[in-house]
Amino acid sequence: MTPTANARSTGGAGRAGARIDVRKTYKLAIGGAFPRSESARTYTVSDARGRFLANAAQASRKDARDAVSAASKALAGWSGATAYNRGQVLYRVAEVMEGRHAQFTDEVARAEGLTAARARATVDAAIDRWVWYAGWADKLAQVAGAANPVAGPYFNLSLPEPTGVVAILAPQASSLLGLVSVIAPVIVSGNTCVVVASQTRPLPAITLAEVLATSDVPGGVVNTLTGFTAELAPWLASHEDVAAIDLAGAAELGWADLEAAAAQTLTRVVRPGEGSDGAGDTEIGWAARPPGPHRALAFTETKTVWHPKGR
Amino acid sequence: MPTFDYAPAPESRAVLTLQPSYGLFIGGDFVEPTSGTAMATIEPATEQVLAEVAVADESDVDRAVRAARRAYQRTWSRLSGSERGKYLYRIARILQERSREFAVLESLDNGKPIKESRDVDVPLAAAHFFYHAGWADKLEWAGHGPDPRPLGVAAQVIPWNFPLLMLAWKIAPALACGNTVVLKPAETTPLTALLFADVCRQAELPPGVVNIITGAGETGAALISHPEVDKVAFTGSTEVGRQIARTVAGSRKKVTLELGGKAANIVFDDAPIDQAVEGIVNGIYFNQGHVCCAGSRLLVQESVAEEVIARLRHRMSTLRVGDPLDKNTDVGAINSAAQLARITELSAAGEAEGAQRWSAPCPLPEKGFWFSPTVFTGVAPAHRIAREEIFGPVLSVLTFRTPSEAVARANNTPYGLSAGIWTEKGSRILWMADRLRAGVIWANTFNRFDPTSPFGGYRESGYGREGGRHGLAAYLKGIAL
Repeated sequence: MTPTANARSTGGAGRAGARIDVRKTYKLAIGGAFPRSESARTYTVSDARGRFLANAAQASRKDARDAVSAASKALAGWSGATAYNRGQVLYRVAEVMEGRHAQFTDEVARAEGLTAARARATVDAAIDRWVWYAGWADKLAQVAGAANPVAGPYFNLSLPEPTGVVAILAPQASSLLGLVSVIAPVIVSGNTCVVVASQTRPLPAITLAEVLATSDVPGGVVNTLTGFTAELAPWLASHEDVAAIDLAGAAELGWADLEAAAAQTLTRVVRPGEGSDGAGDTEIGWAARPPGPHRALAFTETKTVWHPKGR
Repeated sequence: MPTFDYAPAPESRAVLTLQPSYGLFIGGDFVEPTSGTAMATIEPATEQVLAEVAVADESDVDRAVRAARRAYQRTWSRLSGSERGKYLYRIARILQERSREFAVLESLDNGKPIKESRDVDVPLAAAHFFYHAGWADKLEWAGHGPDPRPLGVAAQVIPWNFPLLMLAWKIAPALACGNTVVLKPAETTPLTALLFADVCRQAELPPGVVNIITGAGETGAALISHPEVDKVAFTGSTEVGRQIARTVAGSRKKVTLELGGKAANIVFDDAPIDQAVEGIVNGIYFNQGHVCCAGSRLLVQESVAEEVIARLRHRMSTLRVGDPLDKNTDVGAINSAAQLARITELSAAGEAEGAQRWSAPCPLPEKGFWFSPTVFTGVAPAHRIAREEIFGPVLSVLTFRTPSEAVARANNTPYGLSAGIWTEKGSRILWMADRLRAGVIWANTFNRFDPTSPFGGYRESGYGREGGRHGLAAYLKGIAL
């Protein structure tokens, strides 16, 4: 189903013989499955001009906890995969997205009110961003790691490791490119995540979840929630099993409170605007390729290993 | 006691469609050589002709270098890193998709067992392209300065022991850094490189970015001495490496050489002996010993020498030598009659100089080039088999008493490519590693390769590194190696 077909069929619905198309139910993505919200709540999603698009699931606190639990379960497998394997999986996401380019272009155009050409360019950039981060998988340690020449007979090596389960509040304006720009750097190093999609533009996020589910990304590595960011964020920020939180999409919320909530378990925080080019949470803000792997490294811990040398 | 034998399990050749003859891959097309001369490439396991390939002369070399220069100026150097990277990702994927075809062809043309071409050569070649694809748009992060720039046209000459893998080691970093290439595969193993030309076409790589010319030593010499070449990369013998270093002396060509080796594989008395024996076998009999970093000198601590050698002989007697395409084969065919003659001659010298020879009692096929896995004990450091690279399935065993003596014996060679250390004591591994003059040190493992891991030698094993972040330096401007 393409949205243009949808619009056409709505217009022709009354005509005899016209085909009524089959609409998609947009659900959550948790642990490799696509459940409705346990709360059974939905909310109306409209396009940039206010026309009805779909009823999206409105995730609850319980859904958020389930998502964290799924992400925790997936952590050992994903962080234990070789960097080469993770790189190939991320590249596979780009390949599968390319095959659904037209669908993403339609959804992004409707969600963000872009022209088809700009939406296409946005989808191009989103796919290329996966490719860019795919290449970082087996290079993060080479760029951020170091053999430290300590003053003694010791071998001393520092390497980045994934921090754990990361909660992500996705950018509110950039429904796909912004989303990819925050998910890819988190999972490339081996973290798993729970991502809260753009509240008013959540549909591309669910389509992306469908892509992830068919791209060799193990279930539970990326768990996608749709709903009200302000409702879900405090639970994620204070959750004991969440190691870090990306507040990219919280610029308009009271994100100081979220950071304070995260402080209780010393959850790592990336503040709104950090890591984008400074233009903030706009399509433009996420358009430029990041200058380096900083966003990925923000969700890693440096581990240093000492070992004596001697006969 | 009943004996269980393996039924033949040959890999099918049906996946492969060979042409009777191949031209030169220049500017995106296969073209006839100017001279019209050709040479045959044979299957070393049967001595049957697989195909004829063109012999490129100086004018063909010139055509290829000019095509590479044109592609460098008009397309490749103008592409963004991320678009260059996408071509390399395509190549990696196509190699993965066509992996069985490449594995079968490699085993046919080279003689190596299918389980090695299938599980090592081809997957590693694809991984090499995958890894370097990712570097293409991240070069400013590789630690080679803020504005890394390509050199131009790279002339690359590769050996016959890992034909496709060596191609990948050469072409992937060159292209990732923005260079174009003219590559000459070895005289006896040109076919996977020519099949790779088809991969370039399927990937729609711009014409001229990769050029592949076939021929023997003269073709290679013409290529590296061409004045329009900016970079020379060679893997092969130390003797040819010296000639190349002499040829380019005084020019502005950047050179990397990956040459011979005579690696020490050092086993201490506290090593897990069974693991060590597997490592010794893998170290020297992998790929028929046609490995520049092969663990061809076993240095074993005196107190365990007898036990290690006994277990080693037992393990060697279970090695299956034969049809490279059989999935159960451990040791395949020697690549050429000339190489077999060299191995035979050096082994005879070992016996003549007083070392004791033991060969695995395995039946060898009648046709083709074969050599039983062989071990020499009672080898003295002065013996030729302790000093010269045999490049075959022949191991020389020497003993030592102390770690210091092990280091001294291991370093007692003009080569310095690799070394192995077998001990349960971590601190000793690191102490030894600090003192061994070799570019790659394997501890409690051997013959490990990875695109992220730099490879290359000290001393007469050559200079420059391939693979990893360090390997990129060989293809970037303004970095002294």
